[in-house]
Amino acid sequence: MLKIENLHARIEDTEILKGIDLEINAGEVHAIMGPNGSGKSTLAQVLAGREGYEITAGSVSYLEKDLLDLDPEERAREGLFLAFQYPVEIPGVNSTYFLRTGYNEMRRHRGEDPVDAMDFLKLIREKLALVEMGESFLKRPVNEGFSGGEKKRHEVLQMAVLEPKLSILDETDSGLDIDALRIVANGVNQLHAPDKAVVVVTHYQRLLDYIVPDFVHVLYQGRIVKSGDKTLALELEAKGYDWVKEEHLEQTR
Amino acid sequence: MSGTDWYQSRFADFEQNLNGEAQGPVHQLRRDAIAHFTATGFPTSRDEEWRFTNIAPLTRIDFELAAKTDEPATADIAPLRYGLPGPVFVDGHFAPSLSQLDALPQGVVVKNLRTAFIEDADLVCRYIGQDAMSEDQAFTALNTAFVQDGVLIYLPQGTVLDTPLHTLFLSTGAKANVVSHPRVLVVAEAHAEATLVESYGGLGVEVYLTNSVCEINVGENASIDHYRVQREAPTAFHISATHVREARSARFRSTSITLGGSLTRNHVHTALMGEGIDSTLNGLYIENGSQHVDNHTLIEHAQPNCQSHEFYKGVLDDEASGVFRGKIHVHQAAQKTDAYQANQNLLLSDSAKIDTKPQLEIYADDVKCSHGATIGQLDADAIFYLRSRGIGHREAVRVLTRAFAGEVLDRVRIDGLRDELDRLVTERLDRAAGVAP
Repeated sequence: MLKIENLHARIEDTEILKGIDLEINAGEVHAIMGPNGSGKSTLAQVLAGREGYEITAGSVSYLEKDLLDLDPEERAREGLFLAFQYPVEIPGVNSTYFLRTGYNEMRRHRGEDPVDAMDFLKLIREKLALVEMGESFLKRPVNEGFSGGEKKRHEVLQMAVLEPKLSILDETDSGLDIDALRIVANGVNQLHAPDKAVVVVTHYQRLLDYIVPDFVHVLYQGRIVKSGDKTLALELEAKGYDWVKEEHLEQTR
Repeated sequence: MSGTDWYQSRFADFEQNLNGEAQGPVHQLRRDAIAHFTATGFPTSRDEEWRFTNIAPLTRIDFELAAKTDEPATADIAPLRYGLPGPVFVDGHFAPSLSQLDALPQGVVVKNLRTAFIEDADLVCRYIGQDAMSEDQAFTALNTAFVQDGVLIYLPQGTVLDTPLHTLFLSTGAKANVVSHPRVLVVAEAHAEATLVESYGGLGVEVYLTNSVCEINVGENASIDHYRVQREAPTAFHISATHVREARSARFRSTSITLGGSLTRNHVHTALMGEGIDSTLNGLYIENGSQHVDNHTLIEHAQPNCQSHEFYKGVLDDEASGVFRGKIHVHQAAQKTDAYQANQNLLLSDSAKIDTKPQLEIYADDVKCSHGATIGQLDADAIFYLRSRGIGHREAVRVLTRAFAGEVLDRVRIDGLRDELDRLVTERLDRAAGVAP
């Protein structure tokens, strides 16, 4: 589904991604872990098409397309979804409008007719239940005044509405209490399917108790320095990142 | 002929045609006004108050007083009425057949000023020109010199208007280089309440000038919600002065929406003359092409324990330019004043321009005054967020711009008017974003 080869990216003069290689297939759940500043969020942002990063080398193919050649909205319409670490507050734009416009863009892209407000309301009611959100959310401006937990549940709600093929969750666990974490993880798990893939970007192992990964990768200094199965996450949790750093230093020495 | 000579000669003609109306205190007001105008002439960019607005394109033209024309069809003006009743003026002339003035509460007077000059001379003379002074305001002087048709809205003590009253000033734009001088006089006595809409619309394509003056007296404990909607033709010049005098515990709220015209100058002056007043000025201007809009406001706190809130927002695209000058003057006596002013601007193109200048002049020592002005582009994070959900770049820009303007539009409390303004603003922004409606 997604194939990243030797991806280098920089912001202004600082190189952040220094040769990422990663392959993700349908049905898989990948976790990308790593210490702060290792490039995890940059990777997520670059994949979603955030402006401001310069790709200096490498390629990303997504569903047989050159992902880096697509605008952010085209990537979204092709089924790529980024759950933001810091969802943006948008005063004056209500959540229903935001969700419905995105949903209808997906439909249009697939050659389907847009749905009207009434039909959308029916659809959104089911999705709200998934993340245990009340209908009152829909009338509020996008993320404005939402608590940290509400913002993250709202991200999963968007994921539920847009039904992406590849979901990238960028530190979705940060700032969540245990109940919200459970709700968010449960939502993500229910949305997972054999034809879909999930990438969980996280600093901590905690979320991976709920969203169990098939593969765990450690990102350090802009490279994936170690990959393994879910036991790697537990090992990182127990021992911290230092041993991975040391191992990496020895290998490169 | 130069500006002052031209208007002096036009005044002589005008005076001759007045016949029997060229007498009494109102006519003396006219004569004084033309004398003031002749003495001062038009302001120039050397005048501090006009520094950022070049009116040369306007003063170069010798405008003729707009003659009475055939009234447009009711259907043509329907979209400009917002479903609200009230008097209609066409090219400055009262149009009784288009006006809707029935069903007013007992005692409430809404009539053509020209009639009121005769029938209600005492009332009119007590209030007209009280704050709209001709001495140092050239355009107010010109308006006063040629004052004839206009509207008197008189709300006796305790009267309440249940339905918003809409005064529409329509310009046909049928003939080039004509001017009208609309005049509005509102007297709301103690405990009176009303929602008033004053709107301007243009139908034609020719160049014209609207030079309007509005005076509003808000009595003790009275409440006035005033809307000013400017939708002149793209060729129009629009100059306006609004003077509001508020008495103890009055509530006044103004919402000024500017969409039309090639050059617009709105001057708003509120004088808070008693204690416990709550006074609000909201504004929204949306400009594109080579439009220029200048919003000039002066809030005068003369007495203690009053609040004023000012909130103006602008969206400027293409080569449009704007000016916001907001002065809050707190007199020495006005202790415990609470004044807040904000001006926020969104520039959608590199060539659009705004000069914003908040100004506080405070002579009392126990006051709370704050102001803030911002000029910016749309939030890049918000644009990316929308795009990452499949919403195209143009649509994202349109949605965020609409949301920016919405903060003022949402303050419009008349549903029909708000919906129509919302539609107009959205349409305008769609055009700016190149989205087919």
